[in-house]
Amino acid sequence: MRVGLVLGEAMSGLRRNASMVVAVVLVTFISLTFVGAAILLQMQIGQMKGYWYDRAQVAVFLCTEVDSTGNCTEAAATREQIDAVRAQLASPTLAPFIKKVEFESHDQAYKNFQDQFGSSPIASFVTPEVLNESFRVNLVNPSDADVLIESLSATQGVQAVQDQRGYLDQIFAVLNAASYAAVGLASLMLIAAVLLISTTIRMSAFSRRRELGIMRLVGASNRFIQTPFILEGVFAALLGSLLAGAAVVLLVKFFVQGYLATTLKTTTTLVGLNDAAIVVPILVIVGAALAASSAGVAISRYLRV
Amino acid sequence: MIRFDSVSKAYRGTTRPALGNVTLEILRGEFVFLVGASGSGKSTFLRLVLREETSSSGAVHVLGQHLNTIANRRVPYFRRNLGVVFQDFRLLPNKTVFNNVAFTLQVIGKSRGFIQEAVPDALKMVGLAGKSGRYPHELSGGEQQRVAIARAVVNKPAILLADEPTGNLDPATSAGIMTLLERINLGGTTVVMATHDAGIVDQMKRRVIELISGQIVRDEREGGYQTQAIPLQDFRFAEASAAVSSTGDFAASMTGGTAR
Repeated sequence: MRVGLVLGEAMSGLRRNASMVVAVVLVTFISLTFVGAAILLQMQIGQMKGYWYDRAQVAVFLCTEVDSTGNCTEAAATREQIDAVRAQLASPTLAPFIKKVEFESHDQAYKNFQDQFGSSPIASFVTPEVLNESFRVNLVNPSDADVLIESLSATQGVQAVQDQRGYLDQIFAVLNAASYAAVGLASLMLIAAVLLISTTIRMSAFSRRRELGIMRLVGASNRFIQTPFILEGVFAALLGSLLAGAAVVLLVKFFVQGYLATTLKTTTTLVGLNDAAIVVPILVIVGAALAASSAGVAISRYLRV
Repeated sequence: MIRFDSVSKAYRGTTRPALGNVTLEILRGEFVFLVGASGSGKSTFLRLVLREETSSSGAVHVLGQHLNTIANRRVPYFRRNLGVVFQDFRLLPNKTVFNNVAFTLQVIGKSRGFIQEAVPDALKMVGLAGKSGRYPHELSGGEQQRVAIARAVVNKPAILLADEPTGNLDPATSAGIMTLLERINLGGTTVVMATHDAGIVDQMKRRVIELISGQIVRDEREGGYQTQAIPLQDFRFAEASAAVSSTGDFAASMTGGTAR
């Protein structure tokens, strides 16, 4: 097969079909940008999970004089009860799951409370005795929280065992929903892109049906006949996916690292350019593969011998 | 070369077959006219030989290939051994004469060097050596058909199929084209030509196969366009009649084959 001739045919097809090619480029550009954004969002969720789950603790709240929920009977947890919980945390059954245990006394809790809510009027009603004492437990693996909850919930003097990841999961649910929405939009756009590519290739083939007829007559191989058309589709889609890749990189550079990083300061980690560097090749490969397959299907009717 | 064993071809959605139970053999180096009214199955015959269609029943053998069982991806390579010429020339209007002929060699992957040698040879053979830089619309009909013939034979095919190659041409030009086809045939290429041109058939005195409604009704050596009601089997008588018809005036036969 003569590479120069095939490339020449593909180029002349692109020139002849310029407006359709531009449409293909734009549609693949936009749809793949959505795909890229969805992937980045998933990466962001992954990073945030890693970051926050490490810091998320399981809190074992102990009874106070005013609690009647859980195992409490409006009596503060006694020293024996506190020691029992401490012993249980140190026992061979739970110890392997636990990385670190901190005890927060009434006074510490009161201090933290004043730090957080000192300016609000509620702070003046709160006394140290009202606030729960608690054990703050860091787990080796944050997903083992259920073990702690099960074994400590029934213990005397324990008001509640709470997994702080529950708060985070809501945030992740929102981010997840956003990324699914992006994937949904992207797949709609990708369907449009595939249809547009196959229409473009069909038009291109139709405008060259004389050549195709003669090629088939004189015995040009199917591969020779279809390659220029597939290249035509792939080239257009490649252009679109490179644009989408550039858009993803710019998004990370200026929106995530620029705007978000300055707004959120150091509260969380954000995706960076190295993550974008993973996304770009994915987009290029997806774009090229989609274009090649849809162009191949579109041209196949001209290959029937 | 070409062998049909009780071949029938019915197109989808029709009751009457385009070809019905056709059995024939065409040998290497033969020049065969395929005559018959429009719709008698001439084009279907050529399409079957080209493997643009497959037969509904019966076996088609061309150049040692069984065309009913040949794999689709082998078909292009099979077709490289056939040349085809049409009534409407089918040249590419945006390519020069040279490039039209070269195109067929390019698409089957011939080297640049081969093309530079073979194309001028083919153009010289059809008498268009000086016009390789022209575009098809700058040529007369006869010249365009010569380009088409050059394109068909540039790859030295074993068989040349011609579907009414003179259908759009005046008698004098047609005669020139026929001389050319005859020369190609003398070079060893089997020529199968479907035609309505009685004058040409009568003058050439070659094998004539007549089709009516998809059936072979006559297969004559040195036959004419029409025969005087000679039964298919009586070859002795058929040859005699062919000899008689050949004595007819050439000019009269060119005007429409009314000399018999």
